[in-house]
Amino acid sequence: MKRSDWVKFIGRSLSAVMIMFGSQSVLAVQPFNMTKGVTDISQRVFDLHMLILYICFGIGILVFSVMFYSILKHRKSKGHKPATFHESASLEFIWTVVPFVILIAITIPATKVLIEMEDTTKADMTIKVTGYQWMWHYEYIDHDVNFYSALKTSRDEIYNREEKNPNYLLEVDNELVLPTDRKVRFLFTANDVIHAWWVPELAIKKDAIPGFINESWTNITKPGVFRGQCAELCGRDHGFMPVVVRAVEPEEFDQWIAERKGKANKNFAALENAQHTLANSN
Amino acid sequence: MSTTAAEGHHADHPSGIMRWITTTNHKDIGTLYLWFAFIMFFVGGFMALIIRSELFQPGLQFVDPQFFNSMTTMHALIMVFGVVMPAFTGFANWMIPMMIGGTDMALPRLNNWSFWILPFAFTMMGSTLFMDGGGPAGGWTLYPPLTLQTGNALPFVVFAIHLMGMSSIMGAINVIATILNMRAPGMTLMKMPLFVWTWLITAYLLIAVMPVLAGGVTMLLTDKFFGTSFFNAAGGGDPVLFQHIFWFFGHPEVYILILPSFGVVSTIIPTFARKPLFGYSSMVYATASIAFLSFIVWAHHMFTVGMPLAGALFFMFATMLVAVPTGVKVFNWVCTMWRGAMTFETPMLFSIAFIILFTIGGFSGLMLALTPADFQYHDTYFVVAHFHYVLVPGSIFAIIAATYYWLPKWTGHMYNETLGKAHFWLSAIFVNITFFPMHFVGLAGMPRRIPDYALQFSDYNQIATIGAFGFGFAQLLFLWLVIQTIRGGAKTTDQVWEGAEGLEWTLSSPPPYHSFTTPPLIK
Repeated sequence: MKRSDWVKFIGRSLSAVMIMFGSQSVLAVQPFNMTKGVTDISQRVFDLHMLILYICFGIGILVFSVMFYSILKHRKSKGHKPATFHESASLEFIWTVVPFVILIAITIPATKVLIEMEDTTKADMTIKVTGYQWMWHYEYIDHDVNFYSALKTSRDEIYNREEKNPNYLLEVDNELVLPTDRKVRFLFTANDVIHAWWVPELAIKKDAIPGFINESWTNITKPGVFRGQCAELCGRDHGFMPVVVRAVEPEEFDQWIAERKGKANKNFAALENAQHTLANSN
Repeated sequence: MSTTAAEGHHADHPSGIMRWITTTNHKDIGTLYLWFAFIMFFVGGFMALIIRSELFQPGLQFVDPQFFNSMTTMHALIMVFGVVMPAFTGFANWMIPMMIGGTDMALPRLNNWSFWILPFAFTMMGSTLFMDGGGPAGGWTLYPPLTLQTGNALPFVVFAIHLMGMSSIMGAINVIATILNMRAPGMTLMKMPLFVWTWLITAYLLIAVMPVLAGGVTMLLTDKFFGTSFFNAAGGGDPVLFQHIFWFFGHPEVYILILPSFGVVSTIIPTFARKPLFGYSSMVYATASIAFLSFIVWAHHMFTVGMPLAGALFFMFATMLVAVPTGVKVFNWVCTMWRGAMTFETPMLFSIAFIILFTIGGFSGLMLALTPADFQYHDTYFVVAHFHYVLVPGSIFAIIAATYYWLPKWTGHMYNETLGKAHFWLSAIFVNITFFPMHFVGLAGMPRRIPDYALQFSDYNQIATIGAFGFGFAQLLFLWLVIQTIRGGAKTTDQVWEGAEGLEWTLSSPPPYHSFTTPPLIK
């Protein structure tokens, strides 16, 4: 290749990298960065992630350039004679204070985001999420609707007897339906061991702990299906209890909840009865 | 005449297997520790390859999810307690008496015991894999209530952890007693080599936190078998309490795994840069600050348990502070290299790779410290990438570097430099192929500790698996090199390395059975 070809090649590779960082779906590569998500909070968490990432890149490039310059130039094989200096008060002062200042600069936006994430007041509705080995139970507290949500992927797909569908391991029988543009508060708890409810697009990951109730909230800005997983090791089928959230327009949600009312509760009651029968027969 | 008789008696020790079982000699015990760590490294590595094989493709191919979970649990317990900690105790045994101008460790019989507990502890822990209900599968963090679902394995694992804790505490007491009492006249604390300093601080950390772990696992045991409810919410207990106990041990523990590495790298870089260590006293203070901070950052491992805002903020700020003394160390190493006259023998190569790759692990650690972002990173492969970057090209590379650096002193033979360099390049390349893609797959949303995953994670997992096999097999070359060097090779001088400084290099290679029988003169 000629020199100009090299320049073009490098330019093209660089722009490819830039594109991949900018929008992951343009090229057919697998996602490799955090999602920007679909809420104001998730976008701000993403920005925070990119800020600290670029700061790390900056420091890394600086420190490693000095180091590699030294590795290339200060070699015995090049006849370099060793210096004898071994301390410098001013240098050591600078590299203690400067990182400290940078850290404070990062904690300011981080603290702001955190304070907002923790503010669960003024919610429009509340959903209680209970972790079970190995499924989720959702209860729409204000609407008297509740149901279980478990993995839908077939064993044949898991054991490679059937081709895997695109949503392999990230599909459930009953999706958690949520309205957009409403502040939804979550209450998390668990029935057996600790689980963690995680949907990357909502930037929520909260432990569901037996005997505890944790809180979080979201306000989804656009309709869609958002998939996540249990994030705390909870036993044999920890990898097989996904979370699927379907966000719909508020009107559609109201319609859905009206249809759903009462229907699933019977199933729930039936299941509870079955559990009682089982317990009694033991 | 009586002196010669006494010396003659000392030099005369049992041979064969009894030499190793009854030994109270710091070099013999150091060797035992190092071989034990080496064997466990391959056992733990084999488990890692089982994990990586299952994760090569989506779907369940080779193992049952429950067995997969016990592999991740055992891999971690073995690598932490069976490889990194014993390896560094081995180096401490071999090198501390030689570095401070002593004859031996201060408490030789205790030394024998602290080693010989270990094989029993690990046999007991390993045997649980063959028990009813299988090995422990609740993760090495042993969180209840999940861990309380463990079958017959639980009491054996708890007892094994007690034994490992006793071994570490005895080892730590011995290191402190040796450093404080056995220094040659004139070897003031601020003249000690940095490896000795980092070990002194590590030993205090061990004594402080191993009993905490022992307490925590004992509470698990009584919850399971004696009807207590420490961690059982239904009985008025608190499942999160265990996490606080565990990480109050666990965070100082990760510095126990890394501080001696700092000592090793601070010893090797000046030797091959032919220039004194930059900022010796700031290195000592930085190590001490890191050790102090390690006690007030534990809850950053559990940001998602739902702690009060003030708690989350405190632990975020405290965690970010760790970056300051750690940064000081990295800058000091770079400044030690600056305007030196460097050569790049295998120990130096591993040390330079340590600085670069450990710093990358430090960066991801800084990212994890930001609580809001941690909610996205927590319990994903991003965390797996982070702690493997600080532990594999961190602690393990430091252990390998130390082995190449001191092996010629121990054996009197030079290792094969060409093969050593080949081992370095294979390790350095494959370690990145293994662990770098884990950052991406974690950010993309893959949780850790799962035996099967969604399709969009397949490419990175495949790359990681290929890297893991490459890294694993490259270590067989290391084993071969060590054996070859012990059995023969070019004779080395006492100083071994042109730029090496310190008391250990004034002794013959290999050194005498009892290091300094008369105290050396210290300038």
